[in-house]
Amino acid sequence: MSTPLLAIEGLEVRHGAVTAVHGLSLEVDRGEIVGLIGPNGAGKSSTLHAIMGAVRPAAGDVRVRGESVVGKRPEEVARQGVALVPEGRRIFAELSVEENLKLGLAGRRTRDGADDDFARVYELFPAVRESLRRKAGTLSGGQQQQLAIARALVADPEVLLLDEPSLGLAPRMVDVVFETLVTIRDRGLAVLLVEQRAQRTVALADRSHVLANGQQRLTLGPESADDTAALVSAYMA
Amino acid sequence: MTVAVLNIDWQTLADATGLGAIYALMAVGIGLVFGVLRLVNFAYGQLVMAGAYALAFASEHGWSLWVGIPLCFAVVVTLSMLMDRIVFRPLRTQSPAVMLVATFAVAFLLQSIALLWFGPLGKIASSLATLNQPVTVSGVDIRKIAIVAIGLGALCLLALVLLLGRTRVGLHMRAAAMDFRTAELLGVRAGRVIGAAVVISGVLAAIVAVMLTVQNPLVTPDFALRDTILVLAGVVLGGMNRLVPATLGGFAIGFASGLLGGALPTNQSQYLPSFLFAAVILVLLFRPGGLFTREGQQAVERV
Repeated sequence: MSTPLLAIEGLEVRHGAVTAVHGLSLEVDRGEIVGLIGPNGAGKSSTLHAIMGAVRPAAGDVRVRGESVVGKRPEEVARQGVALVPEGRRIFAELSVEENLKLGLAGRRTRDGADDDFARVYELFPAVRESLRRKAGTLSGGQQQQLAIARALVADPEVLLLDEPSLGLAPRMVDVVFETLVTIRDRGLAVLLVEQRAQRTVALADRSHVLANGQQRLTLGPESADDTAALVSAYMA
Repeated sequence: MTVAVLNIDWQTLADATGLGAIYALMAVGIGLVFGVLRLVNFAYGQLVMAGAYALAFASEHGWSLWVGIPLCFAVVVTLSMLMDRIVFRPLRTQSPAVMLVATFAVAFLLQSIALLWFGPLGKIASSLATLNQPVTVSGVDIRKIAIVAIGLGALCLLALVLLLGRTRVGLHMRAAAMDFRTAELLGVRAGRVIGAAVVISGVLAAIVAVMLTVQNPLVTPDFALRDTILVLAGVVLGGMNRLVPATLGGFAIGFASGLLGGALPTNQSQYLPSFLFAAVILVLLFRPGGLFTREGQQAVERV
C-alpha cells in the first residue's frame, strides 16, 4: 500500500491538564474527503491545530507524504503543501480581497504556476474575482468563507484542512461551500473537513470519524448518512 | 499663561514642522515594531543616542560625513537587531508587561554604558552644523535643517508607504500586525517579518539621530530621552494600534512642542513638557482610543 498523503497516528493533544484529543488516528489520501465530526469541544479544532504545528502534540505522529511534521512551525507545515481554512474564516478585514489572496501565496513552495492557480480559483469563486478591490471586511459571510477557501487554494496545497466552513452561513451558501469541496476533491486534493453538520458531512465524505471528548467513537461511510441512530449514539456515548 | 505672548512667525512654524517630521519618523519606528511584536520599545531613544555617539565619534576624529553617517547607520541597525535577538526574542512569549519592563531595563543599561564609555560631559557632533544656518525664502529666514527634516521626513514616509503597500514583505508585515497567528498559518515567515520591522525601525532611528544632532550637537547619555517620552505620548495620543494615527500623533506632538517652544517666552519654556502632557491627558480622557482613530475602529489589544 502506498503512503497516504496525510496520516495521523495516536495523536494526543493536551491544553494544560485537559486532554483535548486522545489517541486519534486517521488517513487522508489524494482525491478523498475525510470528515471529522462531533460535538463542541470534542477536539476537532485541536486536531487541525496539531497538524499545522500551532500546538505541539503530547504524543503521536502527523505525517505528510510519509514524513513527520511534528515540531515544525506553522509556516513550515504550510510550505509542505498543507493549507488551513481556519475556524471563523480569519480573513484580514482591512486588507483588500486581492491582498488577502496574495497572502495565500506565502504558503507556496514555488512561484511557478501561481497565475494558473489564481485563474482556477476565480473560476471556482466568481464572486471573489468580482470584488478584488473591495475591503475583505465588507464581504458577506458567505463571500468571506469563499475568500478564505480561495486564499488556501492559492497556496497550491495537496492537503486542505477546513475548520467548520459552514459555520454561520445561510443554507444556500452551505450548499455552495459543500459543492466546492467536491470540485476540490476531484482535482486530487486530500480534504480533511471538520464540521458540526454531521449528517451532511457523512453524506459528502468518503468516510467520517466521530470524535467525542477527544476520543474516536466511530467511523461512518456515506451510506450511513441516514442512519441517525448510529450518529446519535456516537454523540451521546 | 497670560504672560505668554504668542509670537508665532514663519521661522517658528518651519522649525515646528521640522520637529514634527522628526518625531513622526520616531513614531513610525516605534509603531512598526509594536505592530508585529506587540512590544512598546522604550529603549528606542537609546538607539538614537547610540547613533548620535557614532556621529560624535566620527566628528571627534575628523572623519568626513561619508564615514560618519554610514557608521551611524551601521551602529544603530546592528544595535536594533542585537536588542531583538538578545532581549526581545527570548521574551516573545511573555506578557506585554514583562516585555515593557525589559525595554526599560535595556534603556537604562544602554544609558549607563554610554555614561561609562563616554562620560557625563558629552561629546560634540558638529559635522552637520552648517545645516543650522538659515536660508532666505521669500524674505523669511528658515534654518536649513527645518527644510531638510521636512523633506527627508516626507521622503521616508513615502518610501514606507510604498514598501508596506506595494511589496510582498510589506503585505506580510501588515497582515502580521493585524493577526500574527493567522499570518503564520498561511505560511508568512515570522522571522523575516520581525527582522524587517527591526531593521527598518533601526534605519529610522539612525536618520533621526543625524537630524537631532544638528538641532542639538551636544551628545550626552540622556540624548533623545526626552524626545522619546514625548513621541511615546504622541503615539498613544494618535492611537497605538495603527501606524498612520501613531505617525500623525508623533507629528502632532513634535509640531506642538516646536510651536510652544518658539512661542513661550524663554523664562517659561521649562513648563513646556507640562503643557504638552496636560494636553495628552485631556485628549485621552475624551478619546481614549486615540485622537486620529475613527470611531469604532480601535482594535482591541491582542495579548
